[in-house]
Amino acid sequence: MEKLLVCIQCPQGCKLMVKTEGEEVLVAGNKCPRGASYARQELLNPCRTLTTTVRTEFPDFPLLPVRTAGEIPLGSLFAAMGEINRLLVRNRLRPGDVVLERVSGTDVPLIATADMTLN
Amino acid sequence: MSPAKWDVVVIGAGPGGLAASIAADKAGASVCLVEREARPGGILKQCIHDGFGLVRFGRKLTGPEYAFLDIEEVKGRGIKLFTETFLLDLDRSEEGFVLTLQNSEEAVFRLEAKALVAATGCRERTARQVFIHGQRPAGVYTAGTVQRLINISGYLPGKNCVILGSGDIGLIMARRLTLEGAKVLGVYEIKPEPSGLTRNIVQCLEDYNIPLHLSTTVTEVHGTERLEGVTVCRVDENMRPLPGSEEYVPCDTLVLSVGLIPENDILHPLGVEIDPRTGGPVVDQLLATSEAGLFSCGNALHVNDLVDYVSESGEIAGASAARHALGDYRPPRHVPILAKGEILYAVPQRLDVSLGGQGILYFRAARTLTDAALVISAGGRVLGEKKYKSLRPPEMERIVLDLSLVPAGEENIVLELRG
Repeated sequence: MEKLLVCIQCPQGCKLMVKTEGEEVLVAGNKCPRGASYARQELLNPCRTLTTTVRTEFPDFPLLPVRTAGEIPLGSLFAAMGEINRLLVRNRLRPGDVVLERVSGTDVPLIATADMTLN
Repeated sequence: MSPAKWDVVVIGAGPGGLAASIAADKAGASVCLVEREARPGGILKQCIHDGFGLVRFGRKLTGPEYAFLDIEEVKGRGIKLFTETFLLDLDRSEEGFVLTLQNSEEAVFRLEAKALVAATGCRERTARQVFIHGQRPAGVYTAGTVQRLINISGYLPGKNCVILGSGDIGLIMARRLTLEGAKVLGVYEIKPEPSGLTRNIVQCLEDYNIPLHLSTTVTEVHGTERLEGVTVCRVDENMRPLPGSEEYVPCDTLVLSVGLIPENDILHPLGVEIDPRTGGPVVDQLLATSEAGLFSCGNALHVNDLVDYVSESGEIAGASAARHALGDYRPPRHVPILAKGEILYAVPQRLDVSLGGQGILYFRAARTLTDAALVISAGGRVLGEKKYKSLRPPEMERIVLDLSLVPAGEENIVLELRG
């Protein structure tokens, strides 16, 4: 497997070339070690933090912004969206409050990012 | 009834205004915040994505989380916050300024302030300002409006979307529209390189296989009631459309991410000097404008790419306003900063050399540069130097200058960038 990447660990944006040779992952083009680990992760299991909203039952605060507490696999984002869009928040939550214990088959919780008690 | 008197009034409770009010309170001034929306936080309320706060808090936060930290501090300090309150008029008074405001509790009322911080943010450039021809069908939105509709109100504004402009909000909305089930057909950028941060090109477009078309723009919109499609066209190196390269793209939504303009209309009656390059007031390192007692910060001062620097400028403006209000005022001795070479703009535009200490300079490169060198000098004497492996216009740079190095009697300070 081979992949061309732009490193997003810092504003330099190194152009990375990453490929697998048997068990080994080879990275070229990185100017620092952070680029190598980023490229490895991106090739083997790219993960992202998902940020979205959940419906609430409060007309003055119809949507609650949420995020996954950690990263989840890039390939699971749409399944997670489907699950999250079926939720309804019935309490006034604050940042960090758990909205869903486990997102889409991972062990990563979904947490509130805004303060619904603010008026 | 005589108007309530404050040392400092901060206009706008976005990240700049929140930071300014906290800094003014810390400095011992009585301070109040005036906000036209129902809740504080400004644009951060609708910026539900993450990536905020790496510089200021050392961790990656979403917009609402970043705002929450400052709002909690404002509440904890007991800083007075007027929400759903409009500033109607701003005038000089004997002791400073008088503000005419309106809200549902007090109707029209006045506040007096010894010093003011204008933290009024910025606005989006609209379709009329980028010369898109055709009818005015529904379905043409600015990116910030789309963001508000999806993230605050819960409406998906369209199903087949074209995005014009590769600014950060446009890229973020490409991803957001896709996640919510709309199809983003492509992002079109008139310039030969993207306007947004590289990390947003990767995480918002490449992750979702959304094509980015450089040196291409939208020249016409089609449809009378609802948008039916757009004409896209390649452009030459002078950004003029190339005849014969037109292509019709059917779509129901056009999202414009074509730039931001600092919002300073409320200051015009005071005759504040505005820098045509930034669209914000001309300031010194205290963020003092040409009007004594009026300070500017955040996106009203110049459009920032990171909220962390909006907060930083808010802290400077708030502390400066407090000092002014509490009577620590000496007439400034201003020396202009001349930006030379490949600099798009620099803020502040002048330095008050009667003060020692440090001054923070922000600047943007006029074009993408590799192995660039910045030299700050006065009268041939070098005050500071910095080398950059790469510089891009979307990524603002920050440099701290030791003002005690500025020689007495210099007419100007030169900031020169060479690629």
